Amino acid sequence: MASRAPITRTVAVPSKPPAIVGVCRRILSEIEAYGFDQEDLFAVHLAIEEAFINAIKHGNKMDANKEVKIDYSVNPDKIEIFMTDLGDGFDPNSVPDPRRGENLYKTEGRGLLLMRSYMDVIEFNNQGNRVRMVRYKEKPRLTETHRKA
Amino acid sequence: MAPIKPRISVEYAENATIVILTDERILEEKDIQALQESIMSVIEQVEQINLILDFRNVRALSSAVLGLLIRVSKKIYERDGQLRLCNINSRIYEIFKITRLTKIFDIYKDRESAIEGLPAED
Repeated sequence: MASRAPITRTVAVPSKPPAIVGVCRRILSEIEAYGFDQEDLFAVHLAIEEAFINAIKHGNKMDANKEVKIDYSVNPDKIEIFMTDLGDGFDPNSVPDPRRGENLYKTEGRGLLLMRSYMDVIEFNNQGNRVRMVRYKEKPRLTETHRKA
Repeated sequence: MAPIKPRISVEYAENATIVILTDERILEEKDIQALQESIMSVIEQVEQINLILDFRNVRALSSAVLGLLIRVSKKIYERDGQLRLCNINSRIYEIFKITRLTKIFDIYKDRESAIEGLPAED
């Protein structure tokens, strides 16, 4: 098979939940074309949906005039996605663990846990309004920094 | 306006009301809201419902659906009913495991095992 050239794209998405559907579909078809399997597609789909909902709800406060910027790149080894909102940001370490105690019965607060579980790398910028998500096709040994990110 | 899609179908067994989630992907807030309204209206039709939620069609869901399930379970338990989930595929089950919701939901392999041992509905 001829090797495919890496893809790099930037998309600006309005802060409306349905707006991510087409973007997500395109990204998934691109990674599928690179040989990512159904497990990868499921994981990336879930992470994009959760990150986008966080960005429009907590970042852009559902302001339809504000956009979420998505920069992504795909190559035969990995997909890397940056998602940036126009909010003040947050401290990801301040998010309560939804698996503990009474949090288990809360109706919100599981998105970040799922993003961390399904992507190999989740990192935020200092301001907390941009997340970097990476999923590798073949799993590398992750460093301790990545595990804690 | 977009047509309203069917979100659930309802079947009745001797001691249980079975709600089958008909959508393959339950991701959008609007859809989740519609789904919640449909399920809540089923719960309100029986005083003490034994509700089985059948996930046989579901291939993808978001964390907002987990929130919906918790609201549904609270409503059922307030009314002294029972909630059981069944036919959850392995990928979706993984989401329940990661979030540890396997601790608070009764999850069964299939509909037959979910129905077993339920008391009569009032």
